[in-house]
Amino acid sequence: MVFNSFNEIDMTTRFNSFARVLPAFISALALVAGSAAADTVTVYSARNEQLIKPLFDAYTKETGTKIQVLTDKEGPLLERLKAEGAKSPADVLITVDAGNLWHASRMGLLQPIKSGVLNTNVPANLRDPKGDWYGLSIRARTIIYNKKYVKPSQLSTYEALAEPEWKGKLCLRTSKKVYNQSLVATMIATLGEKRTEEVVRGWVGNLATDVFADDNGVIKAVAAGQCEVGIVNTYYLARALDKDPNMPVGLFWANQKERGVHVNISGAGVTRAAPNAAGGQRLIEWLSSETAQGIYTNDDFEYPVNQKVKPDSIIRHWGPYKMDLINVSKAGELQGAATRLMDRAGYR
Amino acid sequence: MHQRGSIWNWRGWGPLRALAIAALTLVPLLVVLASFFDPQVDAWEHLAAYVLPGVLWNTLVLVLGVGIGVLFLGVSLAWLTAVCNFPGRKFFSWGLMLPLAMPAYVLAFVQVGLLDFTGPVQTVLRGWFGSSAWFPPIRSTGGVVLVLTLAFYPYVYLLARNAFITQGLRAVEAAQMLGYTRFQAFWKVALPMARPWIAGGVTLALMETLADFGSVSIFSFDTFTTAIYKAWFSLFNLSAASQLASLLVLVVLVLAVIDQRLRHNRRYAVKSFTPVRIALQGGAKWAASVFCALIFAIAFAVPMVQLVVWVVDVWKEDFDSRYPVFLLHSVWLAGVAALVVTVLGLLLSAIRQHHKDNTTQLIVRLATLGYAIPGTVLAVGVFIPVAWLDNQLITLAAWFHWDVQQILKGSLVVMLAALSARFLAVAFQPIDAAMQRITRNQGNAARSLGLSPKKVLLHLQLPMVRGGLLTAALIVFVDVMKEMPITLMTRPFGWDTLAVRVFEMTSEGMWDRAALPSLAIVLAGLLPVILLIKKSESGFH
Repeated sequence: MVFNSFNEIDMTTRFNSFARVLPAFISALALVAGSAAADTVTVYSARNEQLIKPLFDAYTKETGTKIQVLTDKEGPLLERLKAEGAKSPADVLITVDAGNLWHASRMGLLQPIKSGVLNTNVPANLRDPKGDWYGLSIRARTIIYNKKYVKPSQLSTYEALAEPEWKGKLCLRTSKKVYNQSLVATMIATLGEKRTEEVVRGWVGNLATDVFADDNGVIKAVAAGQCEVGIVNTYYLARALDKDPNMPVGLFWANQKERGVHVNISGAGVTRAAPNAAGGQRLIEWLSSETAQGIYTNDDFEYPVNQKVKPDSIIRHWGPYKMDLINVSKAGELQGAATRLMDRAGYR
Repeated sequence: MHQRGSIWNWRGWGPLRALAIAALTLVPLLVVLASFFDPQVDAWEHLAAYVLPGVLWNTLVLVLGVGIGVLFLGVSLAWLTAVCNFPGRKFFSWGLMLPLAMPAYVLAFVQVGLLDFTGPVQTVLRGWFGSSAWFPPIRSTGGVVLVLTLAFYPYVYLLARNAFITQGLRAVEAAQMLGYTRFQAFWKVALPMARPWIAGGVTLALMETLADFGSVSIFSFDTFTTAIYKAWFSLFNLSAASQLASLLVLVVLVLAVIDQRLRHNRRYAVKSFTPVRIALQGGAKWAASVFCALIFAIAFAVPMVQLVVWVVDVWKEDFDSRYPVFLLHSVWLAGVAALVVTVLGLLLSAIRQHHKDNTTQLIVRLATLGYAIPGTVLAVGVFIPVAWLDNQLITLAAWFHWDVQQILKGSLVVMLAALSARFLAVAFQPIDAAMQRITRNQGNAARSLGLSPKKVLLHLQLPMVRGGLLTAALIVFVDVMKEMPITLMTRPFGWDTLAVRVFEMTSEGMWDRAALPSLAIVLAGLLPVILLIKKSESGFH
């Protein structure tokens, strides 16, 4: 392949002769031919390669089915599927965040699947009511605090962090991250726009410093005492504690006396034009199985959707928690509204 | 300018020839522009009320700050290392290019990590003084300007140095003979003569600043590009995002045309180097060394040390047998792209030199706009027409009972075309600056000899712009190594590069694990940098 293509460049430099480019063009065709092997499932994934590859390797070993993966960000992946239309080679779409899955579904890029296995393994609030997509791991977003300054008894809900007692003590990640958009979207669904906007304005007023680019920044700031409380996805804290167990940062499960802690998912669906829809469905079913869920979630300290599987030991001591049972698709539906609300409230 | 019947007038073919190359950029650009058929009143109202006022101001400040910053750093460092002599000059002359190989988002991440409240610097300061509240915040307008200046000054440095080496010293000597002081000679002679190079470098730096998303988002600094991605990823409105991107392109186009007008009637003489440098004395000598060392340390050495520390940490976990393949893919793609894009840049510049009509000039300008579009938006602009064409071809193939999933997609041809759309400006600027050095007399001489345009290109222009070509190929090579969105969108299945690895790790915030591929990118980028310097130094004694 390498040498072929070098020839091709030599030829294109003779710019006046289109005919000479033709053989190169044909050799480039050969480069991609043969990608349509019989028992292959093609996956477009916005979940990192290093998090899914061990699973796919295990699946191939178990079933003999080959998996071909293409990773990219969610936005470009959806546009890619849309542009490819009926001729798309993709069978399965994997993304993080329910909002992205909801949007893929609304763009008509997914097809509903009926699967007893998936309906058993995946709780109802973590899958699309129509069956377009299914959650495969749970990502809980909750409150963290600096153990030196804060007692867990001072904490209760996300909304309470908007109270004046936290003035200059709160750290948040940017509102541009979908995790915060989903959190605020579910708040809009439960509390209504007006109350939610009050809360968000309260948060902004309580900020100790400018918003951070990622959850790691929030955790570090809480650990260093730049602020006392923050809101992050639990697996970021698990990763940080895995590296430095002495970090003085504690985790508090938010809103346990009412709707429960906000959860999001990473999940998958079979694409509308899938050449191998049955193979795609089998893969997703397998990913929800007990065998796969352990690998799927423990590599990144996320919570399994399959309730028969125990979470990783590092996060097990945070104990069980009550999760918000609102269907995660609401997060997608209200994501735009949440973004606008946060813009209005000056939450950058 | 027009002389009928002469070989310089290719009978109106200029626009068409230019168009043949510009199509690579124009097609995706038109896809982006087509978004205007889908008006988004709602999104615009919201953006105009709550988002745009802030980001427009931020963007203006950023562009001005980075513009002044790269101008100052790039020109002063180039002058020092090209024309003067001081302790360490030899090392700095190539060392100061190395930040080119350091991806801007890596520099941003490392500097924010070190200098923010939670970083080691402020932690130590708090240990000493009890508080670090007086420490200037890195996550601020000043911090962004500083870091982007350090990341992008090498464009100006490289091009200006090229200019100073080929003419600076001789010009200064001539001016001094006419009674100018050395300072006056620099301002009144050397600087104006290097103007096309410097303008080219600043243009590249500013286009990259406008298109940047990765670095500014590390600072949580909202720019126009942030608004584009907000419209796309948060409001799920690609049309509004494309419309915003079109406006960005329009601004760049207007700036390019103004720049063009300003330079319109200038001509530049060429003369070769003089083999003796100005030896700096006393305090100036050491001040120059310290200045160069400081920039080298902040822009390259410090982030490099941080990368190495991380790599030592994650080496065992991350390194596997696939890494040599990633490296091979990266180097190979960057090498081929450098070759192709440089050739296209040369042709584009040659066409521009031969056809002075306004249509050709405008098309050439349009061809170089891909560099100012945020990468992910351009990637979609490239992909949509390719996917469309591919679907037609697949249908055609089905008639011949050829069952195939994709034909053009994932092929090298498409990857190179897409990368050309992005990086044509990068190749064009240094080549075109060098082209402008070819004097009218030399052109006239070639014409009187009756040389064909092709022969003029091969025997006059090509040898005279060799320095520009090398610079162009180097920058494209290094930029392609760092490029993510287009590589992600157009690569074949499973065909990963080092930049793709960086993407995989950083997209989930695992910065330390992105260190290994980042370091490999930097190291692979060093080789051509050193080669280029060896080449450009060879004339001096």
